Amino acid sequence: MRDFYGETLQTPMMLGTARFPSPTMMEAAFRSSGASVATVSLRRERGAGQAFWEMVRGLGVHLLPNTAGCHSAREAITTAQMAREYFGTDWIKLEVIGHADTLQPDPFGLLEAAEALCADGFKVFPYTTEDQVLAARLIDAGCRVLMPWGAPIGSGMGLNNIHGLRTLRAAFPDVAMVVDAGLGLPSHAAQAMELGFDAILLNTAVAEAEDPPTMARAFALAAEAGALARTSGPMIARDMAVPSTPVIGKAWL
Amino acid sequence: MSDVTIIGAGVAGLWAARSCLARGLHPRVIDRVGPPGPHGCSWWAGGMLAPECESATAEPPIVTHGRQAIGLWSDVTHVIKQGTLALAPERDRGELDRFAARTEGNTACDAAAIAALEPELAGQHRRGVFFAAEAHLDPRQALTDLIRTLADAGVEVETGAVEPKDLSGPVLDCRGLAAQGDVPGLRGVRGEMVVLHSDEIHLSRPIRLLHPRHPLYVVPRANGIFMLGATQIESAARGPMTARSALELLSAAYALDRRFAEAEVVEMGADLRPAFADNVPRVLRRGRVLHLNGLFRHGYLMSPALAEQAAEVLATGHMGDLVHED
Repeated sequence: MRDFYGETLQTPMMLGTARFPSPTMMEAAFRSSGASVATVSLRRERGAGQAFWEMVRGLGVHLLPNTAGCHSAREAITTAQMAREYFGTDWIKLEVIGHADTLQPDPFGLLEAAEALCADGFKVFPYTTEDQVLAARLIDAGCRVLMPWGAPIGSGMGLNNIHGLRTLRAAFPDVAMVVDAGLGLPSHAAQAMELGFDAILLNTAVAEAEDPPTMARAFALAAEAGALARTSGPMIARDMAVPSTPVIGKAWL
Repeated sequence: MSDVTIIGAGVAGLWAARSCLARGLHPRVIDRVGPPGPHGCSWWAGGMLAPECESATAEPPIVTHGRQAIGLWSDVTHVIKQGTLALAPERDRGELDRFAARTEGNTACDAAAIAALEPELAGQHRRGVFFAAEAHLDPRQALTDLIRTLADAGVEVETGAVEPKDLSGPVLDCRGLAAQGDVPGLRGVRGEMVVLHSDEIHLSRPIRLLHPRHPLYVVPRANGIFMLGATQIESAARGPMTARSALELLSAAYALDRRFAEAEVVEMGADLRPAFADNVPRVLRRGRVLHLNGLFRHGYLMSPALAEQAAEVLATGHMGDLVHED
């Protein structure tokens, strides 16, 4: 089993902490899903989100601060340093946004920031595209976890490039990978886990559901189902129908 | 001689004074700065009485009590009962369906219905959702009107920095975030707003622009004034509005109506909303002190109900559903 910088997660679900109707609702979603990692942002809170951050800390799960809202390597590096200081963890989910509309990663800024942060002792979880060449460069930089997107952040479209994700998974069998962003339905989570990813990370699909705690639980169950399927030898799809009871000897018209 | 001391002269404290008077209790009102102004978050409010729209994300008590607010406010200040119109940028039209499905008391609008409600938006938006029973008021005018009704009953806002422990007898603590040291679980949630002036634009009611990332509301006031709000950031940072927030609010306003590009920026403001973890306001009873707090983004919607329940505790001992014993 692949680990996350030496840590084994209790469940393959990571949950964001933004956009919930209230902190109470957020806490309920964590409880109902058993999510093992909470991501938390710092950039826009300008160093003054302590009351909320304490609530996130109180969830008792692994904290994964992020650099959401950063559009350059320099911004992301500064935010990561603030996060390490405040949360006392060297884990950082590295986001360097390249496009304001699609929120897709800036691969060049991402690599630059990843190199700097890995050299500075951070354990970097880069939010990346499914691009295999970029993945190789991030691994060379010292990343031991990759977080390829399923679809643009908050879009809920699911896995947009299954071929690309499958290729990426196969190319780096020893690297833990988390499908991050774009999941809309629990079936997307199951699909990601069936493809062999090690965890999923989502936020909007739960936070903006009408009933966030129940939706969180649905995602957790789906992720577990996908993980079980992956390890239990799925059948190969065939073109031909295979009846489960023999037809020979039966009357047919 | 007063029966109860109210600390804080924001919308909650002033309403509490009014509700006390209505029950024959004579209050004293003390505020650290004095009458309402830019120092309190009541100053930086939209003034929408929109319980149906809020029901998309707010807890049930806010919706049920909020529905009473329109009638209660109508005795105090001018309440404009023109409803709320929700719109969305063309490519985010799915947001309208989602919003309509999660709220009650709404009707779908086509281009003709939008044109009938807001003629100047005709041609700019083709689909919308209308909440006919909602209303809005001008918050600063409403505070002035509350002060006047209190003055008529002989209650003036005194200036002084006091805390419940400095006083004897019954206390209604309505200090908002300033009460953080006395009220467990209270946090500040930053909100920012812009005030624009345009003689060119005429709107009859609050418009909500639904957007997955940058939701906006525009509340029309008298004399060509428009209030744009509001960000919601889990931060207790005070200080002026950030450039990013200004960009987002102004861009959203521009998406709503291109003419906002030529409007004058009159004010930009930021403050912290006091909130409990569930974002539901409450009256917390601790012996002789009642803490009326956590109004979050519902100051004008929820102050009347909270004030009524707090005054009822003082007058009769009855504990309403918003009253919690600590």
